[in-house]
Amino acid sequence: MQLKFLQFRSSGAAPKVLEIVDRYDVECVPPSFRSNKLEYIKDSSIPKNCSRYLQVNKHMKAPIYIYYQLDNYYQNHRRYVKSRSDKQLLYGLKYNYTGSCSPEDANNGLPIVPCGLIAWSLFNDTYSFFHGADALKVNRKNIAWESDRNHKFGKHVYPFNFQNGSLIGGALLDPAIPLSDQEDLIVWMRTAALPSFHKLYGRIEEDLHADEILEVKILNNYNTYSFGGRKKLVLSTSSWLGGHNNFIGIAYISIGSSFIFIALVFMLLHVKNPR
Amino acid sequence: MAGGGIRAKIRRSSLYTFSCYRPRTSEEEGPHDIQGPGYSRMVYCNQPHLHEQKPLKYRTNYISTTKYNILTFLPKAIFEQFRRVANLYFLLAAILSLTDVSPFSSVSMIAPLAFVVGLSMAKEALEDWRRFIQDMKVNLRKASVHKGDGVFGNRPWMKIRVGDVVKVEKDQFFPADLLLLSSSYEDGICYVETMNLDGETNLKVKRALEVTLPLDDDATFKDFNATIRCEDPNPSLYTFVGNLEYDRIVYPLDPSQILLRDSKLRNTAYVYGVVIFTGHDSKVMQNSTKSPSKRSRIEKQMDKIIYILFSLLVFISFISSIGFIVKTKNDMPNWWYLRPPDKNNLFNPNKPLVSGFYHLITALMLYGYLIPISLYVSIEVVKVLQALFINRDIHMYDEETGTPAVARTSNLNEELGQVDTILSDKTGTLTCNQMDFLKCSIAGAAYGTHASDVELAAAKQMESGNAFGQSEIELETVVTSTDENERKPAIKGFSFEDSRLMNGNWCKEPNADVILLFFRILSICHTAIPELNEETGDLTYEAESPDEGSFLVAAKEFGFEFCKRTQSTVVVRERYSSFQEPIEREYKVLNLLDFTSKRKRMSVIVRDETGQILLLCKGADSIIFDRLSKNGKAYEEATTKHLNEYGEAGLRTLALAYKNLEEAKYSAWNEEFFKAKTSIGGDRDVMLERVSDMMERDLTLVGATAVEDKLQKGVPQCIDKLAQAGLKLWVLTGDKMETAINIGFSCSLLRPGMKQICITATNEATLSQDPEKSVKENILMQITNGSQMVKLEKDPHAAFALIIDGKTLTYALEDDMKHQFLNLAVDCASVICCRVSPKQKALVTRLVKEGTGKTTLAIGDGANDVGMIQEADIGVGISGCEGMQAVMASDFAIAQFQYLERLLVVHGHWCYKRIAQMICYFFYKNIAFGLTIFYFEAFAAFSGQSVYVDWYMLLFNVVLTSLPVISLGVFEQDVDSEVCLQFPALYQQGPKNLFFDWYRIFGWMGNGLYTSLIIFFLNIIIFYDQAFRAGGQTADMTAVGTAMFTCIIWAVNCQIALTMSHFTWIQHLFVWGSVTTWYVFLAFYGELSSALDENAFRILTEVLAPAPIYWITTLLVTIACNLPYLAHISFQRSFNPMDHHIIQEIKYYRKDIADRHMWKRERSKARQETKIGFTARVDAKIRLLKGRLQKKYSTMSASTVIQHQT
Repeated sequence: MQLKFLQFRSSGAAPKVLEIVDRYDVECVPPSFRSNKLEYIKDSSIPKNCSRYLQVNKHMKAPIYIYYQLDNYYQNHRRYVKSRSDKQLLYGLKYNYTGSCSPEDANNGLPIVPCGLIAWSLFNDTYSFFHGADALKVNRKNIAWESDRNHKFGKHVYPFNFQNGSLIGGALLDPAIPLSDQEDLIVWMRTAALPSFHKLYGRIEEDLHADEILEVKILNNYNTYSFGGRKKLVLSTSSWLGGHNNFIGIAYISIGSSFIFIALVFMLLHVKNPR
Repeated sequence: MAGGGIRAKIRRSSLYTFSCYRPRTSEEEGPHDIQGPGYSRMVYCNQPHLHEQKPLKYRTNYISTTKYNILTFLPKAIFEQFRRVANLYFLLAAILSLTDVSPFSSVSMIAPLAFVVGLSMAKEALEDWRRFIQDMKVNLRKASVHKGDGVFGNRPWMKIRVGDVVKVEKDQFFPADLLLLSSSYEDGICYVETMNLDGETNLKVKRALEVTLPLDDDATFKDFNATIRCEDPNPSLYTFVGNLEYDRIVYPLDPSQILLRDSKLRNTAYVYGVVIFTGHDSKVMQNSTKSPSKRSRIEKQMDKIIYILFSLLVFISFISSIGFIVKTKNDMPNWWYLRPPDKNNLFNPNKPLVSGFYHLITALMLYGYLIPISLYVSIEVVKVLQALFINRDIHMYDEETGTPAVARTSNLNEELGQVDTILSDKTGTLTCNQMDFLKCSIAGAAYGTHASDVELAAAKQMESGNAFGQSEIELETVVTSTDENERKPAIKGFSFEDSRLMNGNWCKEPNADVILLFFRILSICHTAIPELNEETGDLTYEAESPDEGSFLVAAKEFGFEFCKRTQSTVVVRERYSSFQEPIEREYKVLNLLDFTSKRKRMSVIVRDETGQILLLCKGADSIIFDRLSKNGKAYEEATTKHLNEYGEAGLRTLALAYKNLEEAKYSAWNEEFFKAKTSIGGDRDVMLERVSDMMERDLTLVGATAVEDKLQKGVPQCIDKLAQAGLKLWVLTGDKMETAINIGFSCSLLRPGMKQICITATNEATLSQDPEKSVKENILMQITNGSQMVKLEKDPHAAFALIIDGKTLTYALEDDMKHQFLNLAVDCASVICCRVSPKQKALVTRLVKEGTGKTTLAIGDGANDVGMIQEADIGVGISGCEGMQAVMASDFAIAQFQYLERLLVVHGHWCYKRIAQMICYFFYKNIAFGLTIFYFEAFAAFSGQSVYVDWYMLLFNVVLTSLPVISLGVFEQDVDSEVCLQFPALYQQGPKNLFFDWYRIFGWMGNGLYTSLIIFFLNIIIFYDQAFRAGGQTADMTAVGTAMFTCIIWAVNCQIALTMSHFTWIQHLFVWGSVTTWYVFLAFYGELSSALDENAFRILTEVLAPAPIYWITTLLVTIACNLPYLAHISFQRSFNPMDHHIIQEIKYYRKDIADRHMWKRERSKARQETKIGFTARVDAKIRLLKGRLQKKYSTMSASTVIQHQT
């Protein structure tokens, strides 16, 4: 289910928070494959590079947060949500019960670390940003909750037997990096509440100026074509309230006005027939 | 008693003139032929050891009324718990939660259920324990039992065995069903009070067999041996068939030798008896029916709501499952990240129907939060606490007897607030069954200044009630004695005050000779026996009826002390003035013409010391007036006037008359009388009556007495208040019609000017073939006439009273007539049924209950009320008296009738509102919470995933929202108790069911629906994809769920705070404490390692609390959720206020103190239109006076018309 009706995208209402949204799932498929995107994405021999150019309309102050947005993706499906083992994420192979991770619990008789569908389907598009020829520095550290890094994902747990099966899901993990440092995985493992969601990819730590053109080099690896999910890249600044969110203001104003309205009605009624 | 005591030397049986010569038919019969089934019991008297083995081992005398014992408690109590549909559902859900189907972890399903069921069971256990304690109190009572060798010793009741010889002393209860062997009277009679069995207060005579009479000493039982063969245990109280084999001769036994358990020995120093039936075999225990479990109307309606919610649950589960099937079948194959298909078939797109079926089960469990699991247990807890309040109410504590009110079942608290009709017993409930001699009229002069209760209360009412027309009313108001302090210490049965008669002053009155005669009639014409109290030297009288007792006390106070009765004489100590020594005069009693309800009079024929033969007669005024001689009517007119006044004052009146007899005439009559007395056959009574009638003619009127059937304290006021509260009161009494009507007058159920519709069966045997039918037709005609009369009445103030007797009632209660009867009865302001049997009481109760469909309350004190108490929606027992039978059967026990007002108007009103609001709120909060889970499903492909952490949901019902609602149920009061009592009309909110009608219930459900929508969608919109922190992080499922849950906690707790109108620190603590608990829990839970599994690790401290948007959202959602309710209550208060709103406002602005006039006006407005009670009586009187006044004015000047509003 799409949440289109909920999307408030008026650019003027919250001048502090600026947003650049770019949908690239269609454009990044070569025109010859447009009729059969599925074949394109499944064929690993075809290069998945793709370049997108984004125009910065207004000055955006650092930090600028990079998100990827997926639509029609049920991270909140019960089968999906349950398919993980938090104990294993923390203790690694020392914890050998992975029944909850089914069907992605073991491969070739060996347990998978990290197990489960969530880890298996890790998002694997990558973005790199260029300012003309200069690469923009993207900070991809500290995008996950601190407590997750310190307490939930083991510092000495390394990926093992991951994506070794016949079916490759999403991203591969570097077996040399402990899980606690695999922040993409940590962000991904925080399952989203709704089928349309943003996930933090990284931060650009310098200001973007008005009328600048950014080039984004995308590796369009992730398969959303089989279920028709859109992929978007979102660049956004934030305020004390977080991201782009006009709704709360509107809601407060409408509640306030309904109070005033009711008060007026009562007053009128009272004037007309006092008790 | 071996050592002295009162040994009545006279054969009292001979006082009963009509029966004393009656041959004892049973003695002539042979022993009963006892064989076959139903007559197998053998009792070896005085050999209880023989009864220790089978087959003679009978049940012990241990009684138990508990529901469970230690072994059966667990299985039985658990079974009881899971008979409730909701609990059964949760049990199934808990079992299923162990499988993969479950959306939740199993502990989150099992823990709340275990908690809830455990609590309910603990309550059951506690209640059963109380019953056990009560049983043990009875079981451990001591009785004197023969222990062998003629020695008696005390033994607890429970250790008494069949065959034991027991000795019961005066005023003790019989420990088991006994065969009477002998008594302190020589002729082996004893007097028994069976109040506990049938509610009758008069004493019954039991008579031992002649053969066992010598066994009247402890020592004689040394070698006593006998065998009883008799019927098996059965519930029939009035039959007994058995034989006694003693000294190898078999004697037949009949019910007059049987002393039943729970009846009481009276007027007899002691009796000896052999135990025949023990414990549960005894007749009274066989008779006790299990009191039916009653459920209140609200609870029944609540069940319906639960069913509605169940339907809703099933409905949304089906929707979910259909959605799931569609999604799984069509979309899921494309969701590669889920790796379909699933080998467990839970999510298998190839087998969507199988998966769909599993999902249905999941959904049924997932949406289980729609059903409030803790509702039953919360209600139980609340009711127990409410009952505690009732039990502890100091205003319902009777200091004299030390009995508090007791809510014996807590199930019916709220039903107390919905009562429409009260069915009341009379004796012992409305009245104390104690007569007070109050006034008399002698020789056409009225004596006695003391006002009756009715007069006092009416006077008080008039003083306080009405500002206008005061002067006119005062003219007619009875002057009441104001010198309360000067009153002498009260003498039981005597409240007469008039110096003209007291202290011998009567000698100076003009008609001293008539007065003398009057006193003599009082002291001679009766059947009582005097009893000397050895400690004080005073005489007390054991009279058949309390009226007689009060006459004797009065005579004694006037100086005519009846001091001795022998077989044929009555000795009266007469003292003409306080300075004189009393003179003992002996009157020879020649004949005694008994009182019967048909004759309505009694007479004695005595020969005084001068040899003059006198007939002294007392009886109902109408009867006596018919029998006066031409010369004897000198005072008739004046006396009639007085009698009317007395009647109006609610007093019981009797007229006294006498006649001088000539020797010759008397002896002629006596011969005939003797003949009649000794005749055998059916017409004996008729003959006796005819002969007596011949004698009781040509009397001379002496005067009349007015006795107050002492109403219990506060009864008239209580009835008045209850009437103002809109309650109807029916009196069902075993008494005769006149008495009932008198009481009706004295407690203002009847008043002069009220139209009485008396329905009686015609007695004369009609000549038609079918007398039954003609009687029925006659009654039907009376009923239709009555209805016609009511219908045709134009005067809006006209009030009707229906008076019907038991015999007529048997016909009126038949199926074809009962509805007409009921319709007529409902139209009448008061209904009095007299001479009704216990069974009829129950039948009338059922008729009212089922015929009108309204809540009935039955109140009574005796065992004869048990049926009625059990039949009514609420049974109330009067616990002040000794009888426990009614109390044991009742749902509530109060010490006095007057506490009924507080029980209903205060506690009932409160409890009704509390429970109603509580249940509504429960549904509200569970709908508000449960539906958010459903909405989320729509966004999670109906996969059965919940957005909340299991632990939140576990705590929702049990911890986070339970205490505020319990405090609402326990402490809420719309207005305080004083105001409740001042505005009895507030009570009508209950019977009208203003707080639990479908409008309100659906209103609350709608509110729940609204709240759920607001909570879910506001949160989703705010949190769904944008970063919620300045650090750019987006909210994951746990964060969204937690934020949403926070909003729910705030919204429902603020809602209950808005609902409450009475706040103490407890409510504040619970409501705001619940909100705090949520945060505290969240902080703690976030630190637990188990939170790691749920993504809830440090959810509050790290994720949500630093985000301002979390707090802003909470505020926004809470306000938005409560906005409509706030608007609704503001609108209602301002533009359409209910009674209690106005009162609250007046109280709040302290208008009741500042503006007394307004307060009073509101109070009089808040009265329910009533036709019974003082207020109505006063109103009627005012109307009458005004009518008179108007006539006067209009004759004076036609232009002056005075209009009064009432």
